[in-house]
Amino acid sequence: MDPLRDSAAAIAAAVNRREMSARAIADAVIPHVERVDAQVDAYLQLTPELMRVQADRVDARIAAGERLPLAGVPVAIKDNMCLLGTRTTAGSKILGNFVAPYTATAVQRLLDAGALPIGKTNLDEFAMGSSGENSAFKMTRNPYDLGRVPGGSSAGSAAAVGGFAATISLGSDTGGSIREPAAFCNVVGFKPTYGRVSRYGLIAFASSLDQIGPFARSVEDAALAYDVIAGKDPLDATSVDRPVEPTATDLPRDLRGVRVGIVKEFDTGELGGAIDACYRRAYDDLVALGATLVDVSLPTAKHGLATYYLIAPAECSSNLARFDGVRYGLRVDGADVGEMYERTRASGFGPEVKRRILIGTYALSSGYYDAYYVKAQKARTRIAEDFARAFERCDVIASPAASSPAFGFNAKSDPVAMYLMDYYTIPVSLAGLPSLSVPCGAVVPEGGDRPMPMGLQLATPLFTERALLGYAHAYEQATQHAEKLAPVEAVR
Amino acid sequence: MIGERAGEVSEEVRARYEAVIGIECHVELTTESKMFCGCPNAFGGPPNTNVCPVCLALPGALPVPNAKAIELILRAGLAFGSTIPEHAKFDRKNYFYPDMPKNYQISQYDMPLTMGGAVPYWLEDGTRGECRLTRIHLEEDTGKSTHASAGGRLAGATSSLIDFNRAGVPLMECVGEPDLRSADEAVAFLESLARTFRELGVSDVKMEEGSLRCDANVSVRLRGAAEYGTKAEIKNMNSFRSARRAIESEVARQIAVLESGGRVVQETRGWDEAAGVTHSQRSKEEAHDYRYFPDPDLVPLDTPPAVVDELRVTLIETPYERYVRYVDTFGIPSKQATQLVDDAALSRWFDLAVTASGQPLAAMNFVLGDLSRLANETGTAIADGKVTPEALAELVELAQAKTINSSAAKLVLETLWGEGGSAKAIVEREGLAQVSDRGAIAAIVDAVLAANPKVVADYRAGKTNVLGFLTGAVMKASNGKANPALAQELLREKLTPGA
Repeated sequence: MDPLRDSAAAIAAAVNRREMSARAIADAVIPHVERVDAQVDAYLQLTPELMRVQADRVDARIAAGERLPLAGVPVAIKDNMCLLGTRTTAGSKILGNFVAPYTATAVQRLLDAGALPIGKTNLDEFAMGSSGENSAFKMTRNPYDLGRVPGGSSAGSAAAVGGFAATISLGSDTGGSIREPAAFCNVVGFKPTYGRVSRYGLIAFASSLDQIGPFARSVEDAALAYDVIAGKDPLDATSVDRPVEPTATDLPRDLRGVRVGIVKEFDTGELGGAIDACYRRAYDDLVALGATLVDVSLPTAKHGLATYYLIAPAECSSNLARFDGVRYGLRVDGADVGEMYERTRASGFGPEVKRRILIGTYALSSGYYDAYYVKAQKARTRIAEDFARAFERCDVIASPAASSPAFGFNAKSDPVAMYLMDYYTIPVSLAGLPSLSVPCGAVVPEGGDRPMPMGLQLATPLFTERALLGYAHAYEQATQHAEKLAPVEAVR
Repeated sequence: MIGERAGEVSEEVRARYEAVIGIECHVELTTESKMFCGCPNAFGGPPNTNVCPVCLALPGALPVPNAKAIELILRAGLAFGSTIPEHAKFDRKNYFYPDMPKNYQISQYDMPLTMGGAVPYWLEDGTRGECRLTRIHLEEDTGKSTHASAGGRLAGATSSLIDFNRAGVPLMECVGEPDLRSADEAVAFLESLARTFRELGVSDVKMEEGSLRCDANVSVRLRGAAEYGTKAEIKNMNSFRSARRAIESEVARQIAVLESGGRVVQETRGWDEAAGVTHSQRSKEEAHDYRYFPDPDLVPLDTPPAVVDELRVTLIETPYERYVRYVDTFGIPSKQATQLVDDAALSRWFDLAVTASGQPLAAMNFVLGDLSRLANETGTAIADGKVTPEALAELVELAQAKTINSSAAKLVLETLWGEGGSAKAIVEREGLAQVSDRGAIAAIVDAVLAANPKVVADYRAGKTNVLGFLTGAVMKASNGKANPALAQELLREKLTPGA
C-alpha cells in the first residue's frame, strides 16, 4: 500500500487490518507534502505535530479493536474551518493571528473517523473568489501547470489532492468554490445538499449558501468522506435532521434507465470548440453507459449570477461585521472606537471582500432592500422551482463545472469575468442542490502548451446524494479521465 | 433651560392638557442558558467567565435558539391574550457597537412571536385600566462596557473594558400602544407586567439588576384633541419610581414648551435621576438604518395551533385576575388585595385558607395582621411556616363563633406559628375558650375593683377613660379568656352608682 498515491478506502483498509500504522503513514506523508508544497503552495500551514499525535491516537484506537472509516487517511482542511489550536485565517489579514479555540464539527468528525490532519489550505479571502488569487498570503499553483491558477475559492484543498499532497481534503462551496477548483485540478469535488453537513466552525461567507464538502481523487473516496461528515449537528440550526444513507457502498457500474437532463440555456457552443467537444464527448459517454439524454429548460438560470451577487454579498456584509478589532484578530488603533473600526477593516480586508461588503450593505439599505434583496430572494425561489420542474423530466442534470479550464495568473482582472467562471455552479447553489464535479477529460487552453483537466458537473434533487454519487461513480469508472493526466514533473 | 424644569406649569394649565404615553420594555428571561448558546444565564460572576465561541462571536460559531425562551414568550403572550402567529422568524439588526460581539443583534423585525393582546392594570385607588400591546418579541442582550475614566463615562476615557457575560442573554421586548394617560397609569402598567412575568416564571424582573429596562414614548395634547402631539422617547429610567418621576417631568416640560409658544421636537431624551430632568440625547434624524434581514443561520419559527392550545391549557390565573377576584368576589379592599396578589405563594396559601373557612375578610385580617407580623419577625414566609391554611380556617371559625376572644386568637396563632397543629386542639389544651359566664366574670370584676380603689375613684370622678385599664386588668386576671365585651359591660354596671 502506498499512502502517497492510494485511495482513502485502501489506506483505511490497510490501517484497520494493521498492515500499516497511522504513524508510519504520517511519517511518510509529512516530508512528501513538504516537498510538493514547495512547488504548489497549497498549504498556509502544515501541522506535522498534530498529525503525528493524531496518528498515535488512531493507532491506539485500532489496537483497542476499533475500526475507523478513515483510519490513517491524510486530510487537508481549508483554512476557513476551525481546528483547535491552529491558526485559522480564512485567507485574510484580519485573521492573520487568530488561533482557533475550538474545532469545526465537520473537521471533528473527520478526526473522530481516524483521519490525519496534514495542515490548513490556502483560499480566496473569506472564500470569495474563483482562482485563489484573492488570498492575502500566497498564490497556490495548479499542480497540472504551475503557471496557472488552481481555481477557487478552495484553491489549496483542490491543489493538495490534485497534486497528491493529500488523499482527501475539505472545501467549502458557496457558489462553486468546491466544483470549479475540482475541475481545474483533476479531482472530484462534491458539494452536498445545503444543510447536510454542519457549518459549525466554518467561517461564514454567505450562510444560506455555504456548504462544506470533500475533494478526493475518486468518487468512492469523496463518498467515504461525505458519509463521515454528513448529518444533523445540534450546534447548527440549519443542519438538516434526516437520515443519511451510506453512499460509499454498492456504487453502480452503469447508468441504465437514468435520464440525464441537458440544459437548453447552457449552450456550451459559446465556450469554444475544444471545450464544447469535451462536453459532447462526456454526454455521449453517459449514453454509452445506458443513460438517455433529455432536454430540460431552466429559463431563470440566466439570472443566477445577478441573484447570487445580491444575496451572497448581503449576507457577507453582516457576517463579516464581527471582524472589528475588538475581541480578536487584527486591530489598528485609532483616536476612538469608530476610527479603530475603520482602520482595522480598511487594512484587514482585501479589495474583493470590501467590494462585496459594499454591495451587500447597499442591497440591504433602507429604500433599496425591496428592489435588491427581496427581489433576489424571489428570483432564488424561481430558480429553485425551475430545477424542481426540470427534475420531473430527468434524474440528474449534466453541465460544465466551469466556463473554461484553469487560466493563468492575473488573467481575470475584471471581477465580472471572474464571476462568470461560476455561471454553471451558481444556479445549483441557489437551489441548494447536491452537486459535484468529476474529471471529464482535458483541453489545451488558448495560449497553453499542455492539456488541462476539465470537470463535468452533475446535480440531482435535494437530499439525493446517494444517487448523485452513484451516477458519478459509474461515469468515472467507465472513463478513468483522472488517471490519464499527471501533475507536472516537479510535483511528482 | 427655560421649560426644562417640572413645576413651572400651574395646576390650572396642566389640567388643560392630556399626556399620551406608550411604554416599551426589555425583560431578561430567567432561562438556565443563554438565547443562542449553552452558557449559563447568570447575573454577576467574574467578567467574561460565562462565555463561549457563540456568544463571543468567534469566527465560524453559529446560534441555536433556546426553546425554553421561545416557550416563555408564548406563555407571556397568551397571558395577555395576544395572538400567536403560526410563522415567526429571527432577523438581524445590523449596527456596530463594541459590546455587541457580532455587530448585529438577533432580533425579530416584521414577524414577531406574539402580536396584539392587552395588559390590564389597576391603580392604587382601585381604578382599573388596560393598555393594548403591539407585540412581544425575542432578542438577545449585549455585553457591558466599562470606560476607564473618572465616573466610568466615555468622555475622557483612555480605554474601555467589556464584560460579555450578559451578551446573548434572552431578552423579551414588549411594546405597548400609546394608551396610557398619566405617569400613574404607566407605572401601574409596568407593575402589572412585572407581576405577571414574575408569576409566569418569565423573569425575575429586577430593575436594579437590569433585568427589566423600559423606555417611555411621551407626548402631550390639549384635552379633547384628536391628534397625538410630537413624542419624545425617554430612556434610562432605572426603577418604577424613576419612571414615574421621569414621565411627570417630561409631561411638564412639553406643556411648558407648548405654553411658551414652542414646539416639541421628536427626539430621544435621557432621564437624569439626580437632577430630576430629561436631557436631549439624539434627534430622530440621526436614526440608524439597521438593515434588518432574516437571519440565514436560523430556520423560521413555526408554532402550530396545537402547540398554542397545549400552552393555553397550562395557563394559570394571572395576578390581575386574582386581584379582581379578591376585590369583586371577596370584597377585600384594593390596597390589601394588592398586598396579597403581589406575593404569589401567599396568595395560594390564602386561597386555601379561604376555601377551608369560607371567610375571606376574616382570613385576610389574620394573614395581613398577626401572621404577617410573625413572618416578618421570624424571617419565614407564611406559606413556608408551620401554620396550615386549615389551622387558620379553624381559628377563623373559633373567633367568628366567639369561642375565643381576639387576644386568645393571637395567642393561638403564636402557638400555631411555633409548633403547628390544630387551632382547636391548642384552644382545648391551653383552656383558652372564652368565658362568657356572667357569674364567673362578675367575680373577677369584683376582685379587680377591690384591688384598684384609686382607679375606681377616678372613674367615678368622671375619668371614664380608665375603663380600658380596668378591662385589661380583668382580661389579665382571667388569663385572657374573659369575653371582653361582657367584662366591660359588667365593669360599667358595677362602677355606675345606683345601677
